[in-house]
Amino acid sequence: MLKNTKTAYGWVAILLHWLMALTIFGMFGLGLYMVELTYYDAWYKGSLDLHKSIGILLLGLLFIRTLWRCININPDSADEHASKFELKSAHLVHLGLYLLMFTLMLTGYLISTADGRGINVFELFTIPAIPFSIDNQEDIAGDIHEILAWALIILAGVHGLAAIKHHFINKNNTLVRMFKVKK
Amino acid sequence: MKKQILAAAIAASSLFAAVAPNVAQAADYKVDVAGAHASVQFKIKHLGYSWLLGRFNTFDGGFSYDAKSPNASQINMVIDTASLDSNHAERDKHLKSDDFLDVKKFPKATFQSQSMAFTDAHNGTVTGDFTLKGVTKTITFPVTKIGEGSDPWGGYRVGFTGETDLKLTDYGITTNLGPASTHVQMTLNIEGVRQ
Repeated sequence: MLKNTKTAYGWVAILLHWLMALTIFGMFGLGLYMVELTYYDAWYKGSLDLHKSIGILLLGLLFIRTLWRCININPDSADEHASKFELKSAHLVHLGLYLLMFTLMLTGYLISTADGRGINVFELFTIPAIPFSIDNQEDIAGDIHEILAWALIILAGVHGLAAIKHHFINKNNTLVRMFKVKK
Repeated sequence: MKKQILAAAIAASSLFAAVAPNVAQAADYKVDVAGAHASVQFKIKHLGYSWLLGRFNTFDGGFSYDAKSPNASQINMVIDTASLDSNHAERDKHLKSDDFLDVKKFPKATFQSQSMAFTDAHNGTVTGDFTLKGVTKTITFPVTKIGEGSDPWGGYRVGFTGETDLKLTDYGITTNLGPASTHVQMTLNIEGVRQ
C-alpha cells in the first residue's frame, strides 16, 4: 500500500519519514564535525561539499514530502484516548518540524550562495544562487543555521520521546505503524 | 582622533613657524572613501602555490600632509573587519569567525601614526600603532607618495601607497595555514581630499 489511509501510513510516507530522519541526524553530526576541521585535514573541503550536496537533496525530499502530505489522507491519531491538548501539541510539533526543516535548509543555501556562487550537488548539477544578497549574508545565515539545527534536533527528540511514550506507557500503535504497513 | 591630528598639526606647524616663518600650515585631508579612491587589500599565499587576494570594503581615515614639511604628517585609519571580502562567501565567513579575525569581538582594526620619515619628496617610512584583533603593535613600513595636485572639480588631492608584512601569530591568529602562509601582506592605497 503506497498511500495513507484513515488509520495507517503508506510506504511512501514511511520511507520519506525515516530517510529524512536518519539523514537529518547524520547531517547534524557532519555539520558539528566539519566546522571543527582545520585547513590541513583531508576532509576539510570534502565534508562541506558533502553537507551541501545532501542538504539540497534533503530540500528536494522535503518538497516531495510536503506535496505528498497535501494530496494524501492524514491518518487520525493512533491514541483513541488522546486529550485535546495532546492532539494539539502533536500537531504543533509536526508543524514546527516542517517549518524548522524548511528554514534550516534555506539558511544553509543562503550561506553558500551569498557570493552568487551556486551549489554543486555531487558534481551532477548546480543549483544557482538567487540574484541578490544582503550585507554579511553568510554570517547572518550561518548564525541562524546553527540555532535552527539545534532547535530541529531538540524538537525531533521531543517528537521521538513522545512516540516512545505512546509505545511503552500508553501501549498504542503510534510507533509501530511508522514501521509497518497494514496489509 | 581628529582632535589629536589637529593638535599634532598645529604643534608641528607652530614648530616650523618658529624655524621658518614662511612655511604653510599642514593641511588636513580626508581619505576619499566616498569616491572609493582608496583600498585596503591583503594578500596571503595559498598552500605556498599561489597568492590569495582579498580586501576590506569599509574603512575610513584622514591625514595631514604638507609637501614642504612631510615629516610632520599624521595619518589614522579605521578598518571595519566585518567588511572582509575575498570573493568567496564560505571563506569570508571562516576568516571572520573566531578561527581568524573574530570580527564580532573585534569589529575594528586601527592604525595611528606616531612619526614619519621621508628620505626624498616621494619615499619615506611611517611608524605607528596598529591594532588588530585587540593586539596593538608598533609597526614601521615604507610609504610612497604617488602624486598631488588639483583635481578637475575644484578640489585638491594627494595620494599614497604603503605596504607591510604582518605575522599572523603576532595578532593572535593561530589557526595553522601551513608554513608558506604565516604572514599576510597588507597594502594600503589612499587618496585624500584636502578639507
